Amino acid sequence: MTDKTTTPEKALARIKDNSTLMIGGFGAPGTPFTLIRELIKQSPAGLTLIKNDANEEGMGISLLFEAGCADTFMVSHMGLNNRVITMMNEGKIHVQMFPQGIMAEKIRAGGAGIPAFLTDIGMKTILQEKRRTVSYAGQDYILEPALRADFALIHAAEADTFGNLGFSKTARNFNPLMAMAADTVIVEAFDVREQGALDPDSIHLPGAFVDHVIRVDRRKNDYQVMKHHAL
Amino acid sequence: MHYKDKIAARAAAELESGQIVNLGIGLPTLILEHLPQDTDIFVHSENGILGMGERCRAKEAHPMLIDSGGGYIFSRTGASFFDSALSFSLVRGGRLDVAVLGTLEVAGNGDLANWIIPGKFAPGIGGGMELAQKARKLIVTTTHTTRKGAPKIIPKCTLPVTAKGCVDMIITELAVLDIIDARLHLRELAREADLDDVLEKTGVEVVVPQGDIPVF
Repeated sequence: MTDKTTTPEKALARIKDNSTLMIGGFGAPGTPFTLIRELIKQSPAGLTLIKNDANEEGMGISLLFEAGCADTFMVSHMGLNNRVITMMNEGKIHVQMFPQGIMAEKIRAGGAGIPAFLTDIGMKTILQEKRRTVSYAGQDYILEPALRADFALIHAAEADTFGNLGFSKTARNFNPLMAMAADTVIVEAFDVREQGALDPDSIHLPGAFVDHVIRVDRRKNDYQVMKHHAL
Repeated sequence: MHYKDKIAARAAAELESGQIVNLGIGLPTLILEHLPQDTDIFVHSENGILGMGERCRAKEAHPMLIDSGGGYIFSRTGASFFDSALSFSLVRGGRLDVAVLGTLEVAGNGDLANWIIPGKFAPGIGGGMELAQKARKLIVTTTHTTRKGAPKIIPKCTLPVTAKGCVDMIITELAVLDIIDARLHLRELAREADLDDVLEKTGVEVVVPQGDIPVF
């Protein structure tokens, strides 16, 4: 039986300076908090990060920016993180912003072997100014190149040793898409079980896309309810 | 009633049984509280849920269940979860009946500007462009004027637009306005509002119906 389980140290040691990383998560749910904390211990430099959002100051990928590990950010929205917005405004990091679903689709295309696609989202807005437009069937579209990365850091609720994954509630978000669009895919999961223990019908992403599986502790602070986001 | 609740209640009344709707961050989120408990309106959130419920308390919250603004929520009976590509296929593919969004500016011709103030405010695009451009009906909820009293409904957006000609309806604490063929039509007046005052606070010419104007 294939066993992809390993330690975070071993898996993350493959990430070299100047790598491009996709990191799952929409806000806290689905963010691979343990992998990020372990990565910071290696003090990488010059990383390009691709994530839906910037988490919040002192949390998740914000820590990578705060520690100076990353200088480029491809993102959709970072409204909950003034620290990273300030870093952008001060020119400390280079930020590229995308409409959220277009960002998801660029990643999906990257994973599906589609080099680019056409969309009317952002036409006649300032987004069009920096993008190539193409005329097709009598209409103008923005040409959106696909996105791929060297690594994807993924959070799942459950995995088996082959890397079949199941996600929980709104923690799915960008995770399965990013896992399809990176050369090396490192997954953290709360439950890691023997091959065959997961119901094939409840697997959201097959293990073919996964290289390394790491069990993480769901009781860590990072994974708890944050009081400031509750009533 | 607080003006935000008045706007949210009026917007809630605009939603119809069986519709698939998306409620933007901020004021539009309050609309949830004005839907009946047994509503069969399904609320979509960009982060991958159809059938979201109201915000919840910390002890009721699941750490993996939030709305697109980050707040913990309940899910309703019949809810489903999905990834971000599918979430926006629902939007761009034409399955979203209504989106309700807040705004910085809205033009009388239906142009919407709500994502960036160059040099001052640029947190990101998020799902706003796709919602604005692709929802079958776009309702904008906003205060009628800025904090300084200037009209938020203006002839032409001064900020970069989110999408052109996308707004179908504007609901403020003073009025309900339809945008039809790039022209603004008054549909309802707030009970406490005065017509001349509302027209003065609107930066665009408004088509006023003959006879009694319905109130809300």
